[in-house]
Parts: sequence; C-alpha cells; structure tokens
Amino acid sequence: MQRIGVFVCWCGSNIAGTVDVKAVAEALKSEPGVVYSTDYQYMCSQAGQDLIVQAVKDNNLTGLVICSCSPRMHEATFRKTAATAGLNPYMVEIANIREQCSWVHKEMPIGTEKAIILGKAAVAKVNLNTPLTPGESPVTKRALVIGGGIAGIQTALDIADAGFPVDIVETKPTIGGKMAQLDKTFPTLDCAACILTPKMVDVAQHEKIRIFSYSEVAEVKGFVGNFDVTIKKKARFVDETKCTGCGDCVDKCPMKKNPNEFNMGMDNRPAIYIPFAQAVPKVATIDAGACTMLKKGKCGLCSKVCGAGAIDYTQKDEFISEKYGAIVVATGFNVISMDKFDEYAYNQSKDVITSLEFERLTNAAGPTAGKLLRPSDGKHPHKIVFVQCVGSRCENCAEKGKEYCSKICCMYTAKHAMLTRDKYPDTDVTVFYIDVRTPGKNFDEFYRRAVEEFGVKYVKGMVGKIVPEGEVLKVQASDLINNKQMHIDADLVVLAAAIEPDKSARPLATMLTASMDTNDFFTEAHPKLRPVESPTAGVFLSGACQGPKDIPETVSQAGAAASKVIGLLCKDKLLGNPCIAGSNELMCNGCSSCERVCPYGAITYLDKEFRMPDRTTKIRRVASVNPAVCQGCGACTVACPSGAMDLRGFANDQIMAEVDAICK
Amino acid sequence: MKMSYFPGCTLKNKAKDLDEYARKSAEVLGITLEEIENWQCCGGVFTTSKDEIATKLSSVRALMDAKSKEQPLVSVCSACHNVIKQTNHAMRNDSEFADKVNRYMSENEPYNGETEVLHYLEMLRDKVGFDSLKEKVVNPLKGKKIGAYYGCLLLRPNSVMAMDDPENPTIMEELIKAIGATPVVYGMRNECCGGYVSVESPELAKKKSDAVVANAKAQGADMIITACPLCRYNLIKNGADIPVVYFTELLAQALGVKEAENE
Repeated sequence: MQRIGVFVCWCGSNIAGTVDVKAVAEALKSEPGVVYSTDYQYMCSQAGQDLIVQAVKDNNLTGLVICSCSPRMHEATFRKTAATAGLNPYMVEIANIREQCSWVHKEMPIGTEKAIILGKAAVAKVNLNTPLTPGESPVTKRALVIGGGIAGIQTALDIADAGFPVDIVETKPTIGGKMAQLDKTFPTLDCAACILTPKMVDVAQHEKIRIFSYSEVAEVKGFVGNFDVTIKKKARFVDETKCTGCGDCVDKCPMKKNPNEFNMGMDNRPAIYIPFAQAVPKVATIDAGACTMLKKGKCGLCSKVCGAGAIDYTQKDEFISEKYGAIVVATGFNVISMDKFDEYAYNQSKDVITSLEFERLTNAAGPTAGKLLRPSDGKHPHKIVFVQCVGSRCENCAEKGKEYCSKICCMYTAKHAMLTRDKYPDTDVTVFYIDVRTPGKNFDEFYRRAVEEFGVKYVKGMVGKIVPEGEVLKVQASDLINNKQMHIDADLVVLAAAIEPDKSARPLATMLTASMDTNDFFTEAHPKLRPVESPTAGVFLSGACQGPKDIPETVSQAGAAASKVIGLLCKDKLLGNPCIAGSNELMCNGCSSCERVCPYGAITYLDKEFRMPDRTTKIRRVASVNPAVCQGCGACTVACPSGAMDLRGFANDQIMAEVDAICK
Repeated sequence: MKMSYFPGCTLKNKAKDLDEYARKSAEVLGITLEEIENWQCCGGVFTTSKDEIATKLSSVRALMDAKSKEQPLVSVCSACHNVIKQTNHAMRNDSEFADKVNRYMSENEPYNGETEVLHYLEMLRDKVGFDSLKEKVVNPLKGKKIGAYYGCLLLRPNSVMAMDDPENPTIMEELIKAIGATPVVYGMRNECCGGYVSVESPELAKKKSDAVVANAKAQGADMIITACPLCRYNLIKNGADIPVVYFTELLAQALGVKEAENE
C-alpha cells in the first residue's frame, strides 16, 4: 500500500482565486492511500519544495500528488524535489488545477469541485505508480548542418570552434547562400562579399568541418544523439579532389547560353561553371541538362583543356552514410514567384525586376559590372519606382501571396533607394509602401537618412497596375495621405517580393519528423523560450527556415543553435524517457498491429522459446520494443488487440483508475 | 452539336455584326446556335443587392430553357455573359436567393444552376479547340497585328467567371494566333473602357478609353478586337484611330463566311 502525500498549491491567486485550496486539501485527505494533505502559497518555491521534502521524511511518504499548474510547467521541478527526498522521481503525479481548472472557471464552487476530481484521479494513479529508471543512450559527437548559407556557415563555425566535427550539406555547387548574392548590407552598408567570403574560407579551411556541396540529405533515421543520415552527393562530373578551379574549362565550353542562377538569370553561364569567383569549394560543376557531351556524347572540350584531368563524364550520384548526434536545419528562403502578380507586369517587361535581381544589377560582380542599367535596353534609368509588400501581408489571398510580413523588405528597399540616389543623383526614386517597419538597431535612423539626406520619395499607398508602354512603365498608384491617384512614368520598377521557405524544407521536415507551420516555416519548441530548438529532440533551427530574418538576426540565431548543439554534444550519454512501451510476451500473439502503427520504427519481432504447461517448448513470434528508439507516444498500446502492449508510467490500469476516479 | 444561344438586345440593334458572324462561324465549326425563344433583356448589370431578384429573372428563364434542352447556354456579349454567369452562380451557391427565385418562378422543378454557361470564346477554346479551329481557317489573317481588348466584365469577378487569368488573360490571344494573325499583348487590355460612366461623365470615360487605345498602339497593335458592344462604342466614340471590331467579324473573315464587300 502506498503512503501518499497531497500538496495543493495556491499559485498566489492564480489557483486560490477560483479554487478553495483548503477544501481541496481536506477532501483529498480521505482518499485511499493518502496519509498527508496540505496547501501552500507557492509550492514551486524553495520553501514549498522544502515543505514537500520534510513531509516525505516525517510521514514516510512513498508517492506524491501535486495539485498545481500544468506538468509542462513544473513536473520536472517536482520530480527533482522527490529525488531530493529520496523517492523515485516517477512516483510524482501532477493534478493540473490551474490551466485546466482555475483559469477556465469563474465560480469558486465549480472550480473547487473540479479541482477535487482532478486530485482524486491523480491519487488513484499514484496508487498504481511504480518506480521507473530511464535508460541511457550514447551521443555521437558530430553535427550535421543542412544548408550552407550564412546561417549554416555561422552554426558550423561555432560548433567546430568548440571542437566538434561538423558536416555541411548544401544543394548548390557552392556555399554562401543568398548573402553571397547581395551587394551591400543594411544598416552599415558594408559589402556583403567582404564580410561573408572570409567566413566561407574559414569553413573550407577548418579542420573540423567537411563540406558536401551539390548534395542533399536523402534519408534520416534514428533519434537524438544517434541519427543515421544518408547524404546524396549529386554527380557534378568533376573530380573535386583534382579540380583546381582554374576556370579553363569554363572559358572553353561552347554551350554558353544557360541562364546564370547566381545572377538571377539576367545573364548566361556555360554548361560547365563555377558559380562565382569566391565559390567554396572552388570547383567546376557540369550542368547535365545543358552539356552536349552528357546528352549526345559529342564535345568533350572541357576534358581536353583540363590540365588536372578532373573531368569525369561517367561520375554517378554517390550516397554517403554518416552518424550524427545533432542536426541543424538552415535551409533558408527564396523569393516567391511573380507569376501570379501580373498586374505588376513582371512577365511582360524586362524592366520590372525583383529586389534580388536589383541586388545583382548593382553588384560589381553582377551582369552589368555594378552599373545600374535597364535590362531591356542597357540604358541608365532616370526614374525608378520601388513597390514594397509584393505578396507580403496579402490578406485573404493565400493563392497569390503570403499573409505574413517578410520583415526584411522595408530595410533593403531603403538601402536600394539610398544607394541609387547616392550613386546616381540624377535619378528620381519613389517608394510605395503600406507601412515602413524598421525596428532594429540603427534601422529607423537608416530609413530616415534615405528620406531626409538622400531625398528618396516615400508614398504611403500601393501600386495597382503597371503597364509597359513603349520604353516606359506606366505606374498607377494611390497616394493615401493626399487621397489621390498617382500616375508615374518609370524607367525601372523594383518589386520587393515576399520571401518563402526553400522548397526543400517540406520533404526534409517529413524526414526529420520536425513540425512546420502553415507557411512551411519550421516550428520552434517554444516561440519565446526555446526559439532555436525544434520540438523534435536533437533537431535545431538556424536562420530563415524558422521565419523571415535579416542577417544580424540570422547570425544570432545561428550562434544560439550552435550553443544548443554544443550543449548536447558535450554529454557522453543521454538519459532517455523511461515512459516507453513494453510488451507482455505471454499475452502477445505476434499480430504486427503495433509495428504497423509505430511512427518511429521502434518495434521488431523475435522468435522466442516458451515452456508450455505440458512441459513442451514452443517457439512463438513476439513483439520487442527498442527502448532507445521508442518515444512513448502510446500508439501501439491502443492498437494492440490482446492488451499485451503497455506504456510505462501511463499503463492501461493507471489510466482506467484515473477515469474511474473521475466518474465515481 | 447544338447549343442554346442568348444573343441580347444590343446584338439585335447596334451590334448586329457580333451576332451574325458568331452564328455563321459557329456553323462552320460544327455548332448550331439555337436562339432561345422569347428571351428578354439580361438587365445589363448584375446588381449586387441581395434582395433584388427582378432584374435576374430573365437570366434564370434563359438558363431554365437551356436546362430543359440539356444544352449549354452560349452568349457573346460580355455584359450578357457576365449577368447570366453571375446569376447562375448565385442560383447554384446562394440557397436563400435560389429559394426566393424558385418560389417566384413556381415551376414544377426548381432550378439550381445546373446549366453550363459558356462565353463564345470559351466555346471556341473548350468545345471546338483552337487547334481544330485553325484547321478550318481558309483565309489566314497574316500580317495583322491585333490587340485583344478584354475590358472588365469578361474576366471579373474571377472567382465566378473563371474564364481566364484576370491579370494576364490569353484566350483572345490564342484565337488571334489560330486565325493566323499576330497578337499584341498590352497592359491595358483588361482595364475598364469607362463603361456606363460615359453617360454621367464623358470626360472620365474618354480618359479611360484613350489610355487603352494609346497603350495598344504603343505596343504595336494596328487593330483592336473586343467581345463587348459597350467597349467598342466607348473606344470608337472617344476617337480611336485604329479599327475596333468584334472578334467574331475577324473569325468569320478567317473562316471565309464573311461577304467580300464588308472587307
């Protein structure tokens, strides 16, 4: 028989305001097994915990019921208290009389009645509790970072600097991501390449970091501390170990007319290419869809000119298996397609461009060598219109754009407008906006400089229609402050297109069993208190895959994710959750129902010998749970037709006892 | 193939060409347009007031007539098509409205938007097919640069009309290609001509019409085609200096069913 102590918390007035805590303590005193019952103002405080420890000693308690807040809040706290008092931590049950009782009821009698019922249920369960001991699993001291943009680079560097090996998997032929495409960065206007490329070199030279470029994650198995990952290294038809990045093959390749992804398709690249001068790894890649040698078996020029003999037309996709203790997702963002925004004539005129295209147009390494020239005719534009929120904050138009604010557009538009006025004072610049949102260190000052010092015209209102007519773009917009329609003949229109998570994020989330929101951004474990962890143990989030972010924010989050990974990899062993499933082999009939519903692949079958009553032996197929893989979801216990499968800590008889107590 | 046909008042007066060539071309393409008996004016505008049913009853009668023959209902005029399609949508999706109408009509069987409503252009695209239309062309209109003018009623509201992308439509451009001419895409092709504002404020209507014609010309069009009598009226009245014709006229010309003297 258990000796149970009941501890009813007031939580100040949070509980005591709508629950008569003294009445609850009194009522539970007469429940079976209860030998001690009391109430206290803040049970989670040091004094409250001391009270519990003392009560255990004084009354030789074997089980505890804490009537307080949600177990999500303080279950761990009270389990530690129990351990301090010399009890098994799993002899504690929480009756949630705050979130599920006092907060949702207004009248004292109803709240009190419900609190008593919840307390009775917890007492009934503790009567059947047994001590549980968590299992241990080892930690593979290696991290995987998926995505090689600034988020992935920073996370990898921070983890590697702490001494742990890191692998970066990047789908593109080079790391660097979106930041490598940018010209200047707000609000300080330092050149993106100047601050990024040294970091890319650091990654390449770091003895603890391996880069898998032009690669994808193909499969993820396992669990925190013990992930088994298969990486698909796509065939680039160039031997990375031999290629020196000299570029002779690039110059000689006759198939020169392929849209250059790095310059947003505004110029062309050959079929064999190095994305940009500072690419890491600086290795050529053959675009299989464009290469005549790979398509028709004719050409082979690159192979002939390659002094290092690095070209290999027979290269195949390669699959690499590796173990990791932690995985960081840093898959980043993309600009949304402008196909559904034909009112802005993006598909009708070359002179309507997105902001990322504008970034390449002003970049010294871009298609115009940094000169701001119109894509249609190469003339210098004298009148530029910027349109903010194209596809962002798009209420009730989910089929077109996004409901959220893309966050970075106000600042980069101010940057583009300011830099244009600075470099080309003869150019008239107008920005249309819904709101200008500039919260951030030195952000609002930056925006005001664009307006006050550089004479950028900001108009509150949206552009309704852009009509290409001859050489000009006729922009029709509303000026909300002056309450009038505006008609501007522009030479160039720049659309601040909304950003969305990279398309690779959704299948990756499925592989990782990591959750996502409706916009395909990864969900954090807690929006305020655990912002860089995914709810899936061992999976961490870095950068824009979790939500729109600028560079400073991305780098902070990347560092935070790295510190969480380091914290995990520092441990030699992880304590598991003891509340896992177990099969009663005598009752199991080997039907496979549990195996089919297990989302973690934790159940296997064994052929086991059993002694029968007539002293013969019989071999029967029975279920066996891998304690390291089981997450304790309980799906198998529900599916089991013979009642052989049970969840420790949430056993069928415990749950039924709780239900009986509630219905009594 | 036989289809029910709702011509509309304007097609019996000012826009006789639109009607005549539509029927003749359809015959060549293997479709007989059967004019609904005793059809009445569509009302001209689909009123958005919810309790108003009187102006929508003529559409309902036409739709019921087509239903009884198990035929789709085809119209050519943008305004008629807009009213009929929106009324049919309301009969199908707004049970309160449909109930009120059905009580008023007091027919044996209630009407709940069963009839398929097609604009003539949709008939060409979805029932005939631009590829087979192309095969029937005897007189390809080579060298003509034609700007399609959609106006607003043909495409909007998009959720109901569901004919084409309202911001970047292609159906008339496909027709222009099928009859051998070159389509000219211009941004103003889906903007309003001024519509009935021409009665209240002729200057404003002129501004709207002028912007359409100027944009079409600037992008290289030497002719504008439309499906809407009111659009054509506004563009011509406000001084369009390139021809503005109904699309059916060019279609008939390409199919060889338009008399030579009209050219």
